[in-house]
Order: sequence, then C-alpha cells, then structure tokens
Amino acid sequence: MRQPTHNRAPFLFAVTALTSLFMIAPMLLSVLAGLVNNYSVGIKSGFTLRWLQEVWDVYGGTVGWSLAIAAASVAATAAIGVPCAYALARSRSRLARAFEELLTLPVAVPGLATALALILAYGQIAAFRQSFAFILVGHIVFTLPFMVRTVASAFQRNDLVALEEAARTLGASFPQRFLGVLVPAVFPAIVAGGLMVFTLSVGEFNLTWMLHTPLTRTLPVGLADSYASMRIEIGSAYTLVFFIVILPVLWALQALAQLMQKRYGT
Amino acid sequence: MELERIPVEIDHCSKTYADGTRGLQPTSLHVEPGEVLALLGPSGCGKTTLLRLIAGLETLDPGGRILFGGQDVTHRPVEQRGVGMVFQSYALFPQMSVAANIGYGLRIRGVSAAEERRAVGELVELTRLTGLEAKRPGELSGGQRQRVALARAVAVRPRVLLLDEPLAALDAKLKEQLREELAELLRRLHITAIHVTHDQQEAMAIADRLAVMRAGSIVQVGRGEDLYRAPAHPFVAEFLGRVNRIERSPESLARGVLTIGGATLTCPPALDQSALLVRPEDIQIGPRQDGWGVARVEQRSFLGDRVQLRLSAAGVPGTLLADAARDTPYRSGDEVGIRIDPQRLMSTAEASA
Repeated sequence: MRQPTHNRAPFLFAVTALTSLFMIAPMLLSVLAGLVNNYSVGIKSGFTLRWLQEVWDVYGGTVGWSLAIAAASVAATAAIGVPCAYALARSRSRLARAFEELLTLPVAVPGLATALALILAYGQIAAFRQSFAFILVGHIVFTLPFMVRTVASAFQRNDLVALEEAARTLGASFPQRFLGVLVPAVFPAIVAGGLMVFTLSVGEFNLTWMLHTPLTRTLPVGLADSYASMRIEIGSAYTLVFFIVILPVLWALQALAQLMQKRYGT
Repeated sequence: MELERIPVEIDHCSKTYADGTRGLQPTSLHVEPGEVLALLGPSGCGKTTLLRLIAGLETLDPGGRILFGGQDVTHRPVEQRGVGMVFQSYALFPQMSVAANIGYGLRIRGVSAAEERRAVGELVELTRLTGLEAKRPGELSGGQRQRVALARAVAVRPRVLLLDEPLAALDAKLKEQLREELAELLRRLHITAIHVTHDQQEAMAIADRLAVMRAGSIVQVGRGEDLYRAPAHPFVAEFLGRVNRIERSPESLARGVLTIGGATLTCPPALDQSALLVRPEDIQIGPRQDGWGVARVEQRSFLGDRVQLRLSAAGVPGTLLADAARDTPYRSGDEVGIRIDPQRLMSTAEASA
C-alpha cells in the first residue's frame, strides 16, 4: 500500500516486461552480431567496426538512394495527392468513390504483382527501367493512397468548407484560395501523410526487389543481398547502419509533424 | 471608416435543392440602405438558405433576381459580388495572424502593403483588437475571434455585410454582452447588413427590422417592437416571446367577450376568433377585488428578476402563465385576483404579411 502505483499489478508488469524483452532481444542480438569479430564464437572473439566499414564500402550508396527516393516519394505524393484529395473530398459522385477504391488497390495487391504490372507496361523503355525513377514510380503508386486518404479527410472537415467559402466571399480565386488558404490549413495533415509515405518508402522491399537492377538498389534490397550472399556479421552490421540512418530521420520528421500540429491546430 | 450604403432587393427568390426539397419558397424582401435586417426563425426555416443566396454561395431557382443598389447581381459569382460575410464558426484562417486575416481580402485585391497596413490598423482599432495583431486565431477568445471575423469581412469595403449566426458559438453571458457591442459596431459602420439568427432577443437587440421566417417563407417583416406588440400571425407572437392561448366558448364568442375566472371582458370588435393570445406580462395579478376574476396559483417559479405563476381560472381550459413582480407574495394554492386589459389581447388570425 505504500507504493500503490508499483505494487498494484505485478502480473501486468511481468507480461509487459517479458513482451518487451522478447521483442527487443532480436534487435540487440542483431546489432551485437554486427559488432563482434566472429558471431559463432560470440563476444569472446572481441568487438570490431570492420563489418560496418565493409557494409559502408559495398552498400553505402544504397543509403543515400533510399533516402532520396523516400524524399522524392513525399514530394511527388504531395504534388499529386493534395489536389487529388481536394477533388475527392469535394466530389459527391459515385465515380469519385470508385476512383478512391482503385487508388487504394496497390496497398491490398501484393507488391510483386504491382511491380510485375509496371514491368509489363513500361519495362521496354530501357532508360526508364534502368534508372531509380522506375523504383520511385513504384513507391509513389504504393504510397499515394496514404497521402490522399490523410489529406482528403482533412479537406472534408466542415471548418475547411467554411474556410473556403470565407476566402471566396473575400474575392479569392481558386488558385489563390487553394494555395493561400486551403493547403496551409491542411498542412499538418500533409506532414502527417508525408511522414507515413517516407516511412513506408524507406522500408519498402517486395515491390522494390522486383523493380531493382544491380545498379539501382535501395537499402532494404541491399540488406537482402547481403544476407543472401555474405557473412552473417555483415548482414547484421547492415541492420545497424539502417537503424543509425533511419531513426534520426524519423525522429526529426515526427518532431516536425508535432510542431506543425501545435502551431496550426486550432 | 466610411462604407458605401446601398439598398438590397430580393425579388421572387426561391431555392430547390438537388434532391427536390424546397429550401426557400419564392420570397421577396427589400432592405433599406444602411439598415440592419435580421432574418429570424427556428432552424430549418430557410433563413440561412436566403442568406447564402444573397451571398452567392448557392444558386437560386430560375426566375428570381437579387439587386444590390439597383444592379442585378443574380449571376455574379460570390467572388465578385462585393459582400462581406461573418460565418457562424468565424472561419478564420488558422495559420495566419490576426492582422493577416483582416488584410487577406486586400492582399487578394493587390492593394499595396502600406495601404493594407493602414486599413488593418484602422480596423484593429475600431474592433478593439489592439495588441493582438500578431496572435493567431487559436490563441484568441470567442469574442475576439468574432471581432476579427467582422473586421476581415468589412476590410474589403463590401456593399452588403452578411452575418450568419454571429453569436451562436458563444456562451449565454458573453452573448448578451457581445450583442450590444455588435449592435454598436454595426451602427458605427452604418452598412447595409443582413443578420441571420434563431435568437429573438439577439435579433431585437441588433437589427432595425426583423423578418420572421417559418417553413421557407417570410411570415412578417417589421420593427421588433411592432412585431412583438402587433404580430400579424400567431407564429410571430409565439416565436418573439411567450404567449398564452385562451380558447373561448361559443357563447362568449357570440357576445364578443372573454370570461376569465368569473369576470367578463369586452373584446375589441376586431378580435372575433375563437382563440385569443395574451402575453404573460400582460396578465395583472393582485388581491381579489371587484371587477377582477379569480384564479388559483398552481405553481410559482422564482426567476430572479420576476416570478412566473402558473394559474388556473374558471372558464379557461388548461393553465395560464403570468409574470408577477419579484416580491410578489402569492404561493401555490393561493387564490388571487386576475385582470387582462382587453387592448393587450392579440388575434390568432393570420393577417397577410
């Protein structure tokens, strides 16, 4: 009774601790495996940064490309998705609802199928097929519904409808009120959608694996490659690189999204 | 700030929605230059629809016309109609400061930054927002937001100011205070204004004239006092305040009298309906005396500034509500004297508006 908050539910605490341990252990082991000299010998073999160095030498390029593709996906889904979200939010036609369903399809359909369809349709255009743009298009197809859904639900709010009418009574033309009033008003939703798009794009594997070429590899594809063809220590070191690169970026984006919400939320 | 003052003419305007429902029956209305007119009615009576038609936010059915200062604006889009509108939710741009909100319409029109600053400064002073220019709407109180919305609407020097339930979002106490303030501000701007509300006290406090609406039509137009005293329709009497409805027996009707608690009143000849209306404050209560009727107090409610008595009296079906002075001694169960000045009785007939 002296410490009610600590003693109230020992069972729940134990379950939480065990679950957390069960989930964190693989991550810790994986990180550890990337830092020891010989995984089969264990910690006794001593620590090294050799594997990290090797990963950076062989796959360093994939880090930059992954981040670049994720950033480009955010930019492209925002540019395409925000006007599309507005149109869907304002339209009451059945066609618009059908289109919205169609847009969500790439999320439900296995990425391999989407990739195969892209290859069938555009695979003959060699310059396109061999460039990172091909992977980017795949990522946009896959992530667009997340941006559109998030932003469309913001546009649908009654206060957004009133904001647009207010801008109209003040004489604003469509481009003026769209860019000057509506987009800034839904900016927190765009940032939230962008965060989701970025995260999905960085980790995307199965679609990218079909679309990539030996010269166009992203981080997850490189990871699969290293697991398949190299020592387990190198694959593990790669995971560590992934953590080091991705976590700060995600944290920064999260902080930005929260800041936006605080600044612009009413 | 000097604004243009123009008359507004609404000529046979009606609105049928896509699903076939009639939002507004064919309606005609004239608003004098510089006048504040309230569209008053319960929800769903068409008052907001009429306001949105005037704004140009809805298209009216063919055949109707809207004129601003003699100029036909029926087919002008809202962007070019020259109206200022205050929305129920205020619809302030959340990412812009108070000053940027007020100056938005001027910026859109390509007014120079110096001129915008001057106009915004003048309005900030007029609406007593000094010191809040750099704040964002989220940081303001309800009353301050309402004033920003008003300042933003008049900044573009509209020809007509439209107010859609401007006080509905505020709590009762603040509402009462702001309604005086808004009335004063509108007088000072001296602009033609149309004000939609469901609150009769708000309408009477702010507007010069009221148009009472019901089921998509205007029932009566006139000054608040006139409508209150001489409603042309029982709905107007009931909507503008509390009323008692007294049914008369056929004999009383034939004799042109009304009997209440044993006393007989001679009604003015115009009141020849089987039911008559009387307001609670027009029923006099006192000690039993000659010439007065007798009533029994069924319920006494102390309302602070007055006491409301529920009375039953011989010859009157149901009960009557009567207002008595704050210090009235009568309790429930007491027998009291009751009297009504026949001049205060109101007709239940529907005069043509």
